Amino acid sequence: MSQTLYDKLMRAHMVHDQDGAALIYIDRQLIHEVTSPQAFEGLALTGRKIWRNKSNLAVPDHNVPTTERSSGVSSITDPISRLQVETLDKNCETFEINEIQMNDIRQGIVHVIGPEQGATLPGMSIVCGDSHTTTHGALGALAFGIGTSEVEHVLATGCLWQSKAKNMKIEINGPLANDVSSKDVALYVIGKIGTAGGTGFAIEFCGSTIQDMSIEARMTLCNMSIEAGAKVGIVAVDDKTISYVKGRPFSPKGEDWDSAVKYWKTLHSDADSNFDESILIDANLIKPQVTWGTSPEMVVDINGSTPDPKLEKDEVKAESIRNALKYIHLEPNTLMSSIAIDKVFIGSCTNSRIEDLRIAASVAKGKKIAQNIKLALVVPGSGLVKKQAEDEGLDKIFKDAGFEWREPGCSMCLAMNADKLEAGERCASTSNRNFEGRQGQGSFTHLVSPAIAVASAIAGHFSEVES
Amino acid sequence: MKKFTSLSSIATPLDRANIDTDAIIPKQFLKSIKKSGFGPNLFDEWRYLDHGEPGMDNSKRPINPDFILNNPKYSEAQILLTRRNFGCGSSREHAPWALEDFGFRVIIAPSFADIFYNNCFKNGILPVVLSNEIVNGLFEYTGNIVIDLHDQSVTTDEHSFGFDVDPERKRRLINGLDDIGLTLQYEDQIRLFETEHFKKHPWL
Repeated sequence: MSQTLYDKLMRAHMVHDQDGAALIYIDRQLIHEVTSPQAFEGLALTGRKIWRNKSNLAVPDHNVPTTERSSGVSSITDPISRLQVETLDKNCETFEINEIQMNDIRQGIVHVIGPEQGATLPGMSIVCGDSHTTTHGALGALAFGIGTSEVEHVLATGCLWQSKAKNMKIEINGPLANDVSSKDVALYVIGKIGTAGGTGFAIEFCGSTIQDMSIEARMTLCNMSIEAGAKVGIVAVDDKTISYVKGRPFSPKGEDWDSAVKYWKTLHSDADSNFDESILIDANLIKPQVTWGTSPEMVVDINGSTPDPKLEKDEVKAESIRNALKYIHLEPNTLMSSIAIDKVFIGSCTNSRIEDLRIAASVAKGKKIAQNIKLALVVPGSGLVKKQAEDEGLDKIFKDAGFEWREPGCSMCLAMNADKLEAGERCASTSNRNFEGRQGQGSFTHLVSPAIAVASAIAGHFSEVES
Repeated sequence: MKKFTSLSSIATPLDRANIDTDAIIPKQFLKSIKKSGFGPNLFDEWRYLDHGEPGMDNSKRPINPDFILNNPKYSEAQILLTRRNFGCGSSREHAPWALEDFGFRVIIAPSFADIFYNNCFKNGILPVVLSNEIVNGLFEYTGNIVIDLHDQSVTTDEHSFGFDVDPERKRRLINGLDDIGLTLQYEDQIRLFETEHFKKHPWL
């Protein structure tokens, strides 16, 4: 019987099938400091052991400072944040789990370091106590976010109970215009199907646009599948996937490599496989995107305007528009390009990889950020991304343009560390969520691509990239 | 795990769609390494007029009188009634921990985000999906609601509605069963699977 990629990956990990609930085997669990302490505490209280230490890889990312931190964990000034990072270090030592610690050059955002280290491989089942685990689907892996109880469950049993998701195909064809990136594709798709459009579904992205995307661009797209409510976002394995994985520290070598490649080449949906829902998108219609409200589905073209709730027939939706505009201090029918910004954030598990930084630097080169920009941050996704960028001289381009060049971490995406917006500040951000208060209480987040973030920093308001 | 069988309570109506887990429990409270004590900071940015940080004495903070959770009428409510896509966003289990700690044992909405829905069952909270029409009706209703998990019913003074729940999740919630303990009953099967799996995929 022909199968979708998602069905194949589920079947390959099925330990037990019981009335539609499947016990699936987890090949890799990625762990960070925020959603793991209570899971380790649970193990300690019940005296349970780790099922397979080798399956786990930990890294602190949410709470780490992005400023000078050469003195290690003691350089975290907030005592509660520091305790959380220290607790991760201690738990990994006690339970003998491989951890990349804060000042290791390989440290970074969990969803950046997984693929970078080869700890994310095609065909793997991967979980993490973080919703953006969907990122790893870009490599043809079955990857999804879980809560802390499930983190503990995977630590103790190596498995997880899952109900099978339905299959959705999102096919995108055609070339993307200049300055349109996979971030714009992600926002465009969410704008079309809504933040609950993918709920209950495994989304497979396919079509010529996806085939033409680099692996890092696919990661950005799969990363934001969760913003459409999807269980997973996946892309079939192709030659690009295999060359991306080759030679990474955790990647297979020698004979193992050959047999892995042979298996990975089977990781695509069969030609006549059945999808519960299919969506076809013409890439030519996708312009650079910017969110105007407090949900990622509240998005328009960069040359568009805020909506008018009076024109919305559905009263619940009209009320959402009114609430969002009120929160974000914007009037209906306001041109996005007329909105001034205070801060700019380039980073997060969505857009902090080397290709993102190269694009951002190409727009920043030889320019200066506008006078009204109080702070423009570039936060690389990992220590290795940072080093690569510095080797290419990107840090110098950013600093010359007026950006601050920081140490890796989650930073202002969710503002658990010191990087946050003040109330009333408006930010062009390459992160993934524009919820109320996400980047700081009473602050306003507008999601954009790295190119638009830099163009807007230069203009002082939302702007396309100057041709 | 905490059991859930049935309860009778009024519902707190939180009339808003797409409530995300950042709103349910803001990030600064995620720095805790404990599972308890999140209730006073549930919906912190909507409930209080000042900026909340961990370690503050919440009883001394200025409350937002317009926010529904601060209405004394609902102080004993164990049911939260809300709109579509409740619990979207971050996977933080701190969200159901905060709802449970505050006193909610049932959440009724037309739809929930996947990860949040899943997290509720791990913490003795029953998420109930009802149609838009029924939820609209419940927003107009102010009396007691009886929730019975065994019968899978939601009953008001005038109507009774059925709801769907996965049978295995229902069994675990009614009996308060320990998920990990149950899975470890399959230990031999997991070992067997693992041996075959690594034979086929020796690079893992």
